[in-house]
Amino acid sequence: MPDYVPHTDDDIGRMLADLGLNDVDELFAAVPGALRLAGGLDLPVGLSEYEVADEMSRLAAANRAGDLVCFAGTGAYDHDVPAVVRAIAGRPEFVTSYTPYQPEVAQGVLQALFEYQTLVSRLAGLPVANASVYDGATALVEAVNLAVAATGRSTVWVSRGVNPRWWEVLRALTAGRGLDLVEVPIVDGVTAWPSADAPVASVPGQALPAAVVCASPNVLGCIDPLRAARAVADERGALMVAVFDPIASGLLRTPGEQGADVAVSEGQPLGTPLSFGGPYLGMFAVSHEHVRRLPGRLVGRTRDVHGRTAYVTTLRAREQDIRRERASSNICTNQTLVAIAAMVQMAWLGTGGLRELALRCARGARYLREALVRVPGVTAAAGAPVVREFGLRVALPVATVVDRMAEEGFLAGVPVELGQEEVLVVAVTERRTRSEMDAYATAMEKVLS
Amino acid sequence: MSHAYVPRAAPGGRASSAPLMGGGDEPAIFEMSVPGRRCASLRATGVPEWTAEELVPAEELRPEPPTMVEVSERDLVAHMTRLAHRQYSVDMGAYPLGSCTMKYNPKLCDEAAALPGLRSAHPAAPVAYVQGWLELLWSLGEALCKVTGMDAITLQPPAGAAGELTGLLMMRAWHASEGRSPSKVLIPDSAHGTNPASVSLAGYRVVSVPSDGRGLVSPSVLSGYLDDDVAGIMLTNPNTLGLFEEHIAEVARAVHEARGLLYYDGANLNAIMGVTRPGDMGFDIVHMNLHKTFAVPHGGGGPGAGPVAVSRRLADFLPGPVPERWPDGSFAWHHPPRSIGRTHGWHGNALALARAWAYLLANGADGLRRVSEAAVLNANWLLSRLKGTYAVPYDRPAMHEVVVSTRDAPGPAAGLRALEVAKGLLERGFHSPTVYFPLVVAEALMIEPTETESPETVNALAEALIEVANTSAAELAQAPRTAPVTRADEALAARALVPTWDALSRG
Repeated sequence: MPDYVPHTDDDIGRMLADLGLNDVDELFAAVPGALRLAGGLDLPVGLSEYEVADEMSRLAAANRAGDLVCFAGTGAYDHDVPAVVRAIAGRPEFVTSYTPYQPEVAQGVLQALFEYQTLVSRLAGLPVANASVYDGATALVEAVNLAVAATGRSTVWVSRGVNPRWWEVLRALTAGRGLDLVEVPIVDGVTAWPSADAPVASVPGQALPAAVVCASPNVLGCIDPLRAARAVADERGALMVAVFDPIASGLLRTPGEQGADVAVSEGQPLGTPLSFGGPYLGMFAVSHEHVRRLPGRLVGRTRDVHGRTAYVTTLRAREQDIRRERASSNICTNQTLVAIAAMVQMAWLGTGGLRELALRCARGARYLREALVRVPGVTAAAGAPVVREFGLRVALPVATVVDRMAEEGFLAGVPVELGQEEVLVVAVTERRTRSEMDAYATAMEKVLS
Repeated sequence: MSHAYVPRAAPGGRASSAPLMGGGDEPAIFEMSVPGRRCASLRATGVPEWTAEELVPAEELRPEPPTMVEVSERDLVAHMTRLAHRQYSVDMGAYPLGSCTMKYNPKLCDEAAALPGLRSAHPAAPVAYVQGWLELLWSLGEALCKVTGMDAITLQPPAGAAGELTGLLMMRAWHASEGRSPSKVLIPDSAHGTNPASVSLAGYRVVSVPSDGRGLVSPSVLSGYLDDDVAGIMLTNPNTLGLFEEHIAEVARAVHEARGLLYYDGANLNAIMGVTRPGDMGFDIVHMNLHKTFAVPHGGGGPGAGPVAVSRRLADFLPGPVPERWPDGSFAWHHPPRSIGRTHGWHGNALALARAWAYLLANGADGLRRVSEAAVLNANWLLSRLKGTYAVPYDRPAMHEVVVSTRDAPGPAAGLRALEVAKGLLERGFHSPTVYFPLVVAEALMIEPTETESPETVNALAEALIEVANTSAAELAQAPRTAPVTRADEALAARALVPTWDALSRG
């Protein structure tokens, strides 16, 4: 067992003597005897560092997912991550510090977060971004909670184009508050919002919404016009919450430009490997109007007593440790290290690099989609333009297709249930080459024949 | 009390030699940006090079990409390295933030979490291709159940507060399954702020229960709060004053008799591993902060991990899917029949969970018990040093952390505010403790040395705290003079909000 406790037996004896104690057990005198654990924990004894490393390597090697050529997405994308991101995000000053409660000795994390906030704000086209929440799904929950608090309403219209897994999280985490989450269908990849003249009572939910939630690109990879969602929000006096994608931001108009009050995103594509789903990064941006309802930490730039530039966490009165039961968010620990990785990735990409990355994903998606719809037994799930991902209907059960494609060496995509049907959602990142895509199409033909 | 033991070696956790000095400001990275300069290079793919106009409809296409920054990789690395040098960390020295458990994070766990076989797995991959991940998660879950004395677990919650909300929603679902809908959750007045915030988000009403004169929840006080409308109680044990809730068995009995459930906030689990278990105390729902007790590094504020373990009667309500071991030794996802649904987009902060598993394997049963013993020993020994200098509002044997105060201190510390002490400590080579928490103690300093600090370091920390206590408020008002900035103007930051570089350049 490697010993991370530095105390020698002599240390322990002398410290106990200072306390007037004879035995370490006496330190726990306040624990009633009946509650004492007899015989200790039912776990093996500790292992040496090398044995632990062997066991972790065995577990890692038992995953074969990394051997498959990855075309899976739906919120977790196989993008390249440059060495510089790992090097910086691996620095112990960032890895082993905590929430910057003492700004004087936390300027490093604070300034990095300020720079991260700036870049997220630019991606979202909104003036304020927070220092991160857990992931895209919980960012959406926070956005809905913000809208509910801002409007005093409890109905929310959410496009079916929002990732179904995020839908599940939204349902689960708002269940206690009795929100009425109204599903708005998508038709041919685009949300079919109720028309402006439809009386409130004629649409599901029968109450004015706190928010209208639209994802673009959506779960089928389609560009879903946010201006349409803005118009619906205006008609009903609701906030517009946009789910955006940081890579697609290199090509698409920003949520802010299209009238979003709140924009949220899964930040994983910026510098975080697939990592079996976490830790990821919830990006969260708002208009000025809602800054005092922003969940989580916010870093602001200020001055110190000597006039030097300083960064601090600010508008702290919003947060749970001060507002307690009146806080609209309970978040404390967030995803700072992942945010710093994203900041470095964004800086590494630069303005031109982001555009090029977005373009390559869109080109790949178009190339593979065109190749696959020529395969007998495959049709496109929607016709709307896509930027990195697209949905397919396939002639066999989707899970079967995924399993058989894996035997051919491909992680073919992610099964997504959409109403009555199940579609295969296929993602193409800048890592995928033309020859990989050609081979994928050939394998699909074999699997479906 | 005599302090016979004065360690002679140099304290390994005192950081006063660090060159953490502010010469000038570090420019914002935006100030280094030069149009056309870049780092990025992308691989050749052979895909046809359609233009943006050919791919995106004109009304959706942004003419220019958003302005990022345009810097060289060398300048980017230099900037981030200088920022790192303006940042304190556990790796640099002691970090005695109470309640946060800033223990040393073994490097072994970093390497484990960096294994390509763990990092490159897509979370939606078919189970046959991620057997290693499922085995890891299942094994970690089993071990955490044994540490807490519980029966089943979800690893999805990405932090402690997320675990709280998850647990409270399970509490709600369980009551509903019993045909009940009580509306209140009891919380002691010493609780973490996340507790009441989570209770509200779960749709419950918070009822605050006052601590008794000894800083504990008293069964007689509690009985006045228990009725049909109580869904449960949230407790931290040891509590935020660092005290063990001695009456916990009686409290559990009374809450259960009122048909309520007991929720254990595991922020302080570090104190009791191998000594006692929340399950044996009568708790029904337990969250753990793996970034505290199980040494997952705190990452400047996250990511953490907040698994929630429950007793058998709540297992069916867990968020799903959960990893399950089949008789043939393979692993699969199981969907609990009455699940409250997902509480994370995927399977939780998986790489943080991998670090915790490596830590658990390294320590084992013997190591975890030693962790708790040393954590409690360090805290009590530190407390014995501080008595006579600081006030000890609840003067009883502590667990893994201690709460002292400048208010009513016996000596000159009485004239200081907790904030002054914190800032004074920063220029004496130590990160400050948590200040102004718990709320039930005025001018509170909540100090958690953790088990990984040596007696030399704890001794040096005590001496630094005593030295600060004997320093004038006027002098402390200048502190910290050695840090890159001194007393940032927080009022200005809030009044003239500058949350982005663009807000600054817009003026």
